[in-house]
Amino acid sequence: MNKPFNPSASLPDGNGMFGSFGGRFVAETLMPLINELRDEYAAAKHDPEFQQELAYFQTDYVGRPSPLYFAERLTEHFGGAKIYLKREELNHTGAHKINNCIGQVLLAKRMGKKRIIAETGAGMHGVATATVAARFGLECVIYMGTTDIERQQPNVFRMKLLGAKVIPVTSGTGTLKDAMNEALRDWVTNIDDTFYIIGTVAGPHPYPAMVRDFQAVIGHETRRQMQEKEGRLPDSLVACIGGGSNAMGLFHPFLEDESVQMVGVEAGGKGVSTGKHAASLNGGAPGVLHGNRTYLLQNEDGQIIDAHSISAGLDYPGIGPEHAWLHEQGRVEYVSATDEEALEAFQICCREEGIIPALETAHALAEVAKRAPKLPHDHLMVVNLSGRGDKDMMSVAHYLGEKFQ
Amino acid sequence: MKTDSRLASRFAALKAENRPGLVSYVTAGDPDMATSQRILNGLPDAGVDIIELGMPFSDPMADGPAIQKAALRALEGGQTQAKTLEMVRRFREEYATTPIVLMGYYNPIFCYGVERFLEDAAQAGVDGLIVVDLPPEHDDEICQPAARHGIDFIRLATPTTDAKRLPTVLANASGFIYYVSVAGVTGAGAATPESIERAVGDLKRHTQLPIGVGFGIRTPEQAASIGRFSDAVVVGSALVDCIEQANTGEEAVAKVHGLVRELSRSVRNCREEVSEPQVS
Repeated sequence: MNKPFNPSASLPDGNGMFGSFGGRFVAETLMPLINELRDEYAAAKHDPEFQQELAYFQTDYVGRPSPLYFAERLTEHFGGAKIYLKREELNHTGAHKINNCIGQVLLAKRMGKKRIIAETGAGMHGVATATVAARFGLECVIYMGTTDIERQQPNVFRMKLLGAKVIPVTSGTGTLKDAMNEALRDWVTNIDDTFYIIGTVAGPHPYPAMVRDFQAVIGHETRRQMQEKEGRLPDSLVACIGGGSNAMGLFHPFLEDESVQMVGVEAGGKGVSTGKHAASLNGGAPGVLHGNRTYLLQNEDGQIIDAHSISAGLDYPGIGPEHAWLHEQGRVEYVSATDEEALEAFQICCREEGIIPALETAHALAEVAKRAPKLPHDHLMVVNLSGRGDKDMMSVAHYLGEKFQ
Repeated sequence: MKTDSRLASRFAALKAENRPGLVSYVTAGDPDMATSQRILNGLPDAGVDIIELGMPFSDPMADGPAIQKAALRALEGGQTQAKTLEMVRRFREEYATTPIVLMGYYNPIFCYGVERFLEDAAQAGVDGLIVVDLPPEHDDEICQPAARHGIDFIRLATPTTDAKRLPTVLANASGFIYYVSVAGVTGAGAATPESIERAVGDLKRHTQLPIGVGFGIRTPEQAASIGRFSDAVVVGSALVDCIEQANTGEEAVAKVHGLVRELSRSVRNCREEVSEPQVS
């Protein structure tokens, strides 16, 4: 049971803190840039013209609102809770990522920036960024770890087709955190013309709040759609968490509704007890990385440990600071699903609903598999179907022992 | 500025000699702790005036490839925060006056425990700290507690630090101001001496603290051209490259000290040469 929670719409505070998490832990060179971004975003947020433009692109370019779909067959399969899928995978580019990218690119345009950079793990944020950069005629550079390039080939090709330059990152283990280091190094070197589109609710202030606000369209729509379909609020919300942007987008508009349970699902990899996982809240400790204080996977000397997950998009040793705060507040329950559980749920969703989910999303579905059967038929559960799984075909085939000819 | 600190005494002595100080950077534990200790303990005799010792971190977001690799070599060699402090302690057994500034990122200190770290650092003989990812907005994390332990918190000023922001940057600064001469990562290309001189002049109008200049300074010639108008020049990546290129620990020690001797000669004479005619 979630304990009573007194949310504050004013968080983060002026220093970008959510309690003791968040902040602006960046090199001095970047401070004037992120402060300028904070001020510009604050102005844009209350500018009707900016909001109108954002709404236009969300509707006609992204394809919003995304449907809230009653998953009848999944509901029957698990035999308990009434399961709804928030179909973010139907957005242009196939995931929730573009909700944020379209917002940030409009901000970049407003600030007169000519060059867009981004980090990507699974490639979905990279594709979404390359897409909006193409749409607005901006130069685009995407940093991607070499390990991820190997396991997400289709997305690498998509980015290139969209005109982006994909720079392979070899440092560290060549995954998402290394790509983020490299993007920050690019930004500190190209301060005048470059806008850094961070893909999740992490990084220095104002990113966690800004990305949350752009993604909150997911939760706002869900609220309205559930009212239309069931005449009431959902009972629980389930979403997967890497950095945590799709989860934050769904959860945030419901934080003040005490009756709504929220469950964030981290990547448990081979199991949290094995040390080979990406579950920062369930298997990490507070620390400072990439501009914010949050829960991190780290050793006893404060060195960051590489995350492990079957899903490239969850393969990150940190989590957005607001999630760290909600975890400590007890408002959101954070659990984990292993690679194996995610693969199992992935296949169930394919066969029962005819929807191929992203491997990231399959972690949320794995939690549904554990939770839904024990719940009554009138329990309304919303799962954020954050992305589609086309990009994961090769990985899944490999794990299932299939061979493509 | 405290007048009884090693940093203050060293800068006063440099001023009396009318020459800039040479600040060297190497990463603690690179390529291993024993070799790194030998490099460290030989720096004063090779001509270093102030020592910056890097605390290795797995994710050095403000560093270029040279110092990234140095950090990884050190960590693979088993370097820890405790071992880095132990190196300072051993250095202090031999050298009482050369200031040591530890440079790095916040997380290893946060994880060690800020109070415990400051206590152990002060006891080991650390004079100052540069924590790259702690801007003035987070002064309550280490900057202010460090003052209570008698440890200077050296602030970075950069080409993006404009007139509006400068007072914020200088507010709680101590020891010296480290002017990051290029917007970029360590080891990146250098700015022109003219633009750096302008920036240092601007800083001098706002602070009494000495100004050290770093980022992109690799050669004795560059060090001399910057040393003519700054209180200290910092050389890092070029020294770290010496360690990477060495085949043995012995060779690493010799190469680093060799380059330091050249740099030292150059900065010691740079203000005398200034009026001499240019020879091509």
